[in-house]
Amino acid sequence: MNIINFENISRVYQVGSEEVHALDNVSLKIDRNEYVAIMGPSGSGKSTLMNILGCLDTPTSGKYDLKGTDVSDMSDNELAEVRNREIGFVFQTFNLLPRATSFHNVELPLIYAGIPAAERRAKAEQALASVGLKDRMLHKPNELSGGQRQRVAVARALVVGPSIILADEPTGNLDSKTGEDIMVLFQEIYKLGNTIILVTHEEYIANHAKRVIRLLDGRIESDSQVAERAVPKRGN
Amino acid sequence: MRHHLFEWKEGLLISLAAIRANKGRSILTMLGIVIGICSVALMATAINGIDKAFVNGISALGADNLYIDKYAWFSDEDFFLMRNRKNVTLEQFERFEKLAQLPLAVAPTILTVHKVLAGDNYVEGTLMTGTTDGYVRTTNFNFARGRFFSPLESSGARNVAVLGSEIAAHLFPRQDPLAQEVKIDSIPFRVVGVLEKQGSNMLGNFNPDNQVYIPIGTVFKYFRRDRDTVTIVVRARNTAMTEATKEEAIGMMRRVRGLLYDEKDDFSVNTQEGLTREYDRVVGVIKLVGLFITGLSLLVGAIGIMNIMFVSVKERTREIGIRKAIGAKKRTIMGQFLTEAAVICLMGGLVGLVLAVLLSMLVNKFLPTSIQMNTVVLAISISLLTGIVSGLAPAWTAAKMDPVEALRYE
Repeated sequence: MNIINFENISRVYQVGSEEVHALDNVSLKIDRNEYVAIMGPSGSGKSTLMNILGCLDTPTSGKYDLKGTDVSDMSDNELAEVRNREIGFVFQTFNLLPRATSFHNVELPLIYAGIPAAERRAKAEQALASVGLKDRMLHKPNELSGGQRQRVAVARALVVGPSIILADEPTGNLDSKTGEDIMVLFQEIYKLGNTIILVTHEEYIANHAKRVIRLLDGRIESDSQVAERAVPKRGN
Repeated sequence: MRHHLFEWKEGLLISLAAIRANKGRSILTMLGIVIGICSVALMATAINGIDKAFVNGISALGADNLYIDKYAWFSDEDFFLMRNRKNVTLEQFERFEKLAQLPLAVAPTILTVHKVLAGDNYVEGTLMTGTTDGYVRTTNFNFARGRFFSPLESSGARNVAVLGSEIAAHLFPRQDPLAQEVKIDSIPFRVVGVLEKQGSNMLGNFNPDNQVYIPIGTVFKYFRRDRDTVTIVVRARNTAMTEATKEEAIGMMRRVRGLLYDEKDDFSVNTQEGLTREYDRVVGVIKLVGLFITGLSLLVGAIGIMNIMFVSVKERTREIGIRKAIGAKKRTIMGQFLTEAAVICLMGGLVGLVLAVLLSMLVNKFLPTSIQMNTVVLAISISLLTGIVSGLAPAWTAAKMDPVEALRYE
């Protein structure tokens, strides 16, 4: 079953008097429990695609079905609800609330989902434990290493049990060793049955995925399954 | 409903966390409201105090009193016409006293200003009320020492005096004034009584605390001419009877003054209502101006809050982006910032109130007053309202941010 179904999605920005086609008639299907990497040089439309996938933005034209629901012309508030329930974001810059503890950061989506405090506590603790940070619950982001911060962000993405984990250059701000650890974490999450969409411009990161979609100038240049094989070493 | 309550509670916790996280800025923001609420509360308290002092002063003089006088105290009647009226004489008072049945007490009064001296201590320009023994029953005076002068002392125009508390304190700082001698324009009088503090600065020199009471006969004997006009104080039995007492007083005075039925009254019956009306007119303006000026300081505080909330929204653009990305709706963000502004204002308001209570203790030294419950309620509601109103625009700016742009904000 398709979790994501893009039909002729276009996104046009008005820059001055010029129209920029960030996405041009993109059609795309992603199944449950896929591990997809989206690649492309800057300006290829990666970010726009990710924003639309993540329901942060809506397409200018075309139809986007997420779990069978058309989200292409939902209101801001409806989109917020969809993001809350269905999408777990992991950002390059972590995007944690700087003055809140790890626990509160992970708890926040549950608050917006209207889940009572006791249940929130249990779920947030469990999510933090699953990324190996049970003992860092009351630390604030500036008391954590980069890798730990990204783990908190992953816990926050996982905590509501979303349909998609959307990771935008999740290793971009980490050294290669820590980055590798995060990729191993994603691998585990994928094996638990989650759907992961990874936006990256690093070949060795993309090689963790099972399917690679390459964008160029707002169109899909190639969409290929990665053959079952040993995970290549970084730097390939 | 339960869901809304939940959301509101969580919103409050988030706001409190945000306020704690930005302590320095929150405190600075609060300062404007602290000052604003403090001045509004103090102003309201001062006004309460002034009103209370006035009412106390009036009641010390007797709230149900009428004053029969040659002049109308508070009216637009032509002063020169009133000046041509015949004087109200002591002899007329005596006839009036026999005729009037309704009053609880009546007394003639005449005012005169002199220097009072006892040993080395003296008070210049002291207001003397010359009156009869009946006067004390037109007032609510209490005595610290001694008594009012007796009928015999009054009718005999004996040199006896009753001192107001302030005067007594000035003339006899370390001594019991009772039975001591004071000199009024170098004429010796014996002190027979000292009043308790009546406590009303509102009445200025008319405050009994600053007066000396002597038999009216002595005033005419030493200081004034016989035919000088006096004011007749008439005390009604109770408030309900004030009107009837006034009607009777007018009738009897017309008889005493031999007016024909078609002649206009050539005297005036003044009430304290006139005084109250005059007070309300003058003090009402002062109150309005005072509240307006203190209101301005609150407005400045509110503008400060709005300003800082705008800065705060701008500074926390990324935070807003994050919150939106993980599922915060418009109204959630709006609520968060509104609650934040309201909580800051409420806290500021409470601090301001505490400050006002402390300062009012200081004010209390000059003006007997205390913060009233309604002032507290007013201050709290004003600070809450200020928070919500000044938070509205910044909160809306935050709520309608585009999550993509907000996340990209550095």
